[in-house]
Amino acid sequence: MFGLLLVTFLIARVIPIDPVLAVVGDNARPDVYEKARLDLGLDKPLWQQFVIYIGKVFTGNLGTSVLTAQAVTEDIKRVFPATLELATLGTMIGVSLGIPLGVLAAVYQGRWPDQVARVIGLFGYSIPVFWLGLMGLLLFYAKLGWVGGPGRIGVAWQDFVTPVTGVLLIDAAMQGEWEAFWDGFSHLILPSAVLGLYSLAYVSRMTRSFMITELQQQYVIAARVKGMSEARVIWRHALRNAFVPLVTVIALSYAHLLEGSVLTETIFAWPGLGRYITNALLNADMNAVLGGTLVIGAVFIGVNLFSDILGRLVDPRTR
Amino acid sequence: MRAPDTPLEQPLLELDNLRVNFHTPTGIVRAVRGLSFSLGRERLGIVGESGSGKSMTGRAILDLIPYPGEVLADRMVYRGQDLLTMDKRSRRKLRGRHISMVMQDPKYSLNPVHTVGEQIAEAYRVHHKASSREARERSLTMLEAVQIREPARVYELYPHEVSGGMGQRVMIAMMLIAEPDILIADEPTSALDVTVQLQVLKILDDLVTSRGMGLIFISHDLHLVKSFCDRVIVMYGGKAMETLAAGELEQAQHPYTRGLLGCLPDLDHPKATLATLNRDPAWLA
Repeated sequence: MFGLLLVTFLIARVIPIDPVLAVVGDNARPDVYEKARLDLGLDKPLWQQFVIYIGKVFTGNLGTSVLTAQAVTEDIKRVFPATLELATLGTMIGVSLGIPLGVLAAVYQGRWPDQVARVIGLFGYSIPVFWLGLMGLLLFYAKLGWVGGPGRIGVAWQDFVTPVTGVLLIDAAMQGEWEAFWDGFSHLILPSAVLGLYSLAYVSRMTRSFMITELQQQYVIAARVKGMSEARVIWRHALRNAFVPLVTVIALSYAHLLEGSVLTETIFAWPGLGRYITNALLNADMNAVLGGTLVIGAVFIGVNLFSDILGRLVDPRTR
Repeated sequence: MRAPDTPLEQPLLELDNLRVNFHTPTGIVRAVRGLSFSLGRERLGIVGESGSGKSMTGRAILDLIPYPGEVLADRMVYRGQDLLTMDKRSRRKLRGRHISMVMQDPKYSLNPVHTVGEQIAEAYRVHHKASSREARERSLTMLEAVQIREPARVYELYPHEVSGGMGQRVMIAMMLIAEPDILIADEPTSALDVTVQLQVLKILDDLVTSRGMGLIFISHDLHLVKSFCDRVIVMYGGKAMETLAAGELEQAQHPYTRGLLGCLPDLDHPKATLATLNRDPAWLA
């Protein structure tokens, strides 16, 4: 974590963007410029700047964003739940469809269900997100009107729900605003499905390959010898074992989605982490970039830790 | 001692001209090419080198030949039931309950993520309507029957926590809990230490004898088969070279069996060089 801090800090300071100009604008008078420079602490040597920065991070102060003129922590509290919501539903879609698809492909290896699964996987991998997102909006929102459009919630329900956790669906449910809940859900489902397709492609391919390995194991034959039904052999014996490496795969793909998907968030006007960081970067808003990167690093470490713990639970050999 | 080829009473299993073929892109691989025998309540040994088709014979009886293999036979009858015309589902119901199999290496044939107890109980519950409590009781009794001292403790262990010998006893318990009539033991002691081999064999023998089961004992160990079985089929290249009473193995006539016997080292009469096998393609004609 310290390494991550150091690297992101250095990158942010070394790149040839003048953060002062980002604050004061191109036409500022020299004395204004100089004052802003001192305010930002940029006159001190790099190591001192770093120490000051570290000190601030430990007190939960990630600085102020130039773009939003708010504390970066406040910004992240607002954007991260949006990404969390998207990534979680996306992963749920990917896992709940990807695992059965992968199992089916492994069981019918080389036959038509396998081919179908392969094509779906190929689609998920290779269709550009922006195209899929736009087509999805065009079809399900503009033409059919089945789902909500861009944004997290319709204008009618804007500010209806007081942010507590920041995760809109949870907040709405807790406050009993069910109409707002369903409206939020209808906005969430399409972008999640777009992310979910990618996750599905990945999870199903990995499930297939793990399952093929497991189905060749001796214990699978032993289970059949006992007279167990093929369904029990596949789901209870083989998949239970394939699940051990799958935990890591799912965790990594979840962490990847949690970084925020810039393209998806842009197309769906989703106020998430990916868009926040990209915006900040384009505007040389270095405090925001640093803060965002830090959050991503923390999320990665957290998810990995969680997957290790989960892996231990599903695999008795590592206990 | 029973005479070869004439098992007492009605046979448990009759096989006539069993063939197992695998259709591969490079042609048909014939794993078993016309094997016939009948099995009574006896211990029948099948010996042969690797690739002689002995394991495939066991798998074919259980309907566990993997895709793209096919099983053909002129006759395949278990206690009057024709296995060839039986549907997949009924064949599955026979597995475990009527015909079961102990495999070579408990390290791989027990599922690593379930406790051994769960796996034994499961084998019982597939075939019997029983509460989990009852299945557990049964499993503990079965673990005792294979001479495991603290069944309640072992029940909770995972496969990687038990030794090879204990694992194989667990395997035997698992495969016998539904009380099958026929047990196929496919190299059941090959993966075990020599010291525990005899112990496991003794347990297997006691259970098979006391329950009056038919045993098909697949092995490449001639000594073992000679001392353990009533009758022996010697297989080569998917065919039976000859069938003998175990006691008459030393007097075998077939050149392949003689060759196999000639390859065995003998501690009492050490030879400078061991004979190598001569394989005559004419045997497979």
